[in-house]
Amino acid sequence: MAAVVRTSGGATAEMKKKSLVPYFLLAPGLLWLALFFVAPIITLVSTATKTSGAGIGEFVQTYRWANYWDALTGASAQFGRSFLYAFIATLLALAIAYPLAYGIAFKSGKYKNILLVLVVAPFFCSFILRTIAWKQILGQNGPVFRTLADLHLISNTTHITASVPAVIIGLAYNFLPFMTLPLYGSLERIDPRVLEASGDLYANAFTTFRRVTVPLSMPGVVAGTLLTFIPAAGDYVNAEILGNPSTKMIGNVINAQFLNTQDYPTAAALSFILMIAISIMVMIYVRKAGTEELV
Amino acid sequence: MKTLTRWFSRNLIRIYMVIGFTYLFIPVAYTFAFSFNDYIKSNLVWRGFTWNNWKQPCGVLDVCPALGNSIKIGLLATFIATILGTLIAFALGRYAFRGRAATNTLIFLPMASPELVLGASLLTIFLNLGMNLGFWTIVIAHVMFCISFVVVTVKARIASLDPRLEQAAMDLYANERETFRRVTFPLVAPGIAGAALLAFSLSFDDFIITNFNSGTTVTFPLYVYTHAERGLPAQANVIGSAMFFLALIIVVLGQVVSAKRKVGTK
Repeated sequence: MAAVVRTSGGATAEMKKKSLVPYFLLAPGLLWLALFFVAPIITLVSTATKTSGAGIGEFVQTYRWANYWDALTGASAQFGRSFLYAFIATLLALAIAYPLAYGIAFKSGKYKNILLVLVVAPFFCSFILRTIAWKQILGQNGPVFRTLADLHLISNTTHITASVPAVIIGLAYNFLPFMTLPLYGSLERIDPRVLEASGDLYANAFTTFRRVTVPLSMPGVVAGTLLTFIPAAGDYVNAEILGNPSTKMIGNVINAQFLNTQDYPTAAALSFILMIAISIMVMIYVRKAGTEELV
Repeated sequence: MKTLTRWFSRNLIRIYMVIGFTYLFIPVAYTFAFSFNDYIKSNLVWRGFTWNNWKQPCGVLDVCPALGNSIKIGLLATFIATILGTLIAFALGRYAFRGRAATNTLIFLPMASPELVLGASLLTIFLNLGMNLGFWTIVIAHVMFCISFVVVTVKARIASLDPRLEQAAMDLYANERETFRRVTFPLVAPGIAGAALLAFSLSFDDFIITNFNSGTTVTFPLYVYTHAERGLPAQANVIGSAMFFLALIIVVLGQVVSAKRKVGTK
């Protein structure tokens, strides 16, 4: 949620220097991350190069780096789908969240804090429950389908769920607060006098919005789109609940290979490729967007 | 004409906000409504209103043990992650030291990795070490992904402190420890409380990472997911709705308290 951390706000003049204290403070937490975040990623990389051994479900280390290529070509369709769905869901979430954040920041006066709480509130009602709720709302017995069918806008045999739009609606929905909060954060920081100045210089409301508000809210846009895109690209719950076999995303493949087929090398290779692909996209995006606010 | 467009543009935002909030709350409202459904076996079709599900939230096999697991894991993971994360936040916010950039990166990376990768890589190492999956592997995983969120939240609070308050304490002959105990820590405390609440809600609601590392232990999200196929009992809706209102009350109370405090100091 608050992944935007200012690097420039680093060490200040009053900070205590040359002491061992910070290392004692850091040690336990960083040790935990080293053991349960860094070491697992390294294990992931090496597990991916194993090949089947003598027994069933047994794998031996043979450093077969071609496993990565095999995994990638074997699941390229799901990779493409994941990034496409995540991209569309991110755009959809941005389109919904921007006016929402704008309204909360500029148009809601004393109700600001309450509305902010309401943005996060759906989070507390289980994520899986809400996704299942979408399935039932959009499903054959749900209100949306029944209404459309009764009005003869769709036939009784079509499905709204088990489709690409349903998966995308679910993805955009699930990560909407992640989009809204950083947007609100950067919009709220805009000095209203800057907007007034733009008006004084004969810009109309739309020009002010386009030339002043939007550029000043870019850090929020970048943070929000990243916080939506990253989890959306790795998600499999929405595709599982709201999709059909032809909407499977890379997450579904990795999940099935780890937990059902137990083909650990391929699953590990796919996980690592996913991580690297996302990191590269993030780096290019952050550079293009030109913000240095992300650590 | 000008007033008309102004009226329209002002209300356009309002209309957008209504649409946005409706989108956010439709599934919550649906979940809440169907917690009152007089269902048989699967809670898919509305059959009539009843209080029974709310009267007997544990009336279905396995729901309450799963909820109990989620609460236990959530509290433990929150406790550990809040301590570890707060220590890191103080180191980053109060000290200059070598390796600062590397630390920041290490804190940021788990937040920037898809949950799937975090869960899958932990499972790989647990399998390689031959560890039994279950309650404790879930706790380990939850602490891991909560630490970063705690660090970021607490660090932001420390950064927003007015350094003059601590200087004033020192000027009044408080030593370093007293200043920390009587001034710095009480000022940072709301940030720590917020971080703990965030950590608990992340842990309580986590599905993907938990699903990889749970073995045979069932948490509430896992229960909901596995029962979705066969038909979910309305008790799951009861628990989801109850957690929603509980969290809402806690957050609103927190806001009221902090608002009162602000009025009091001014």
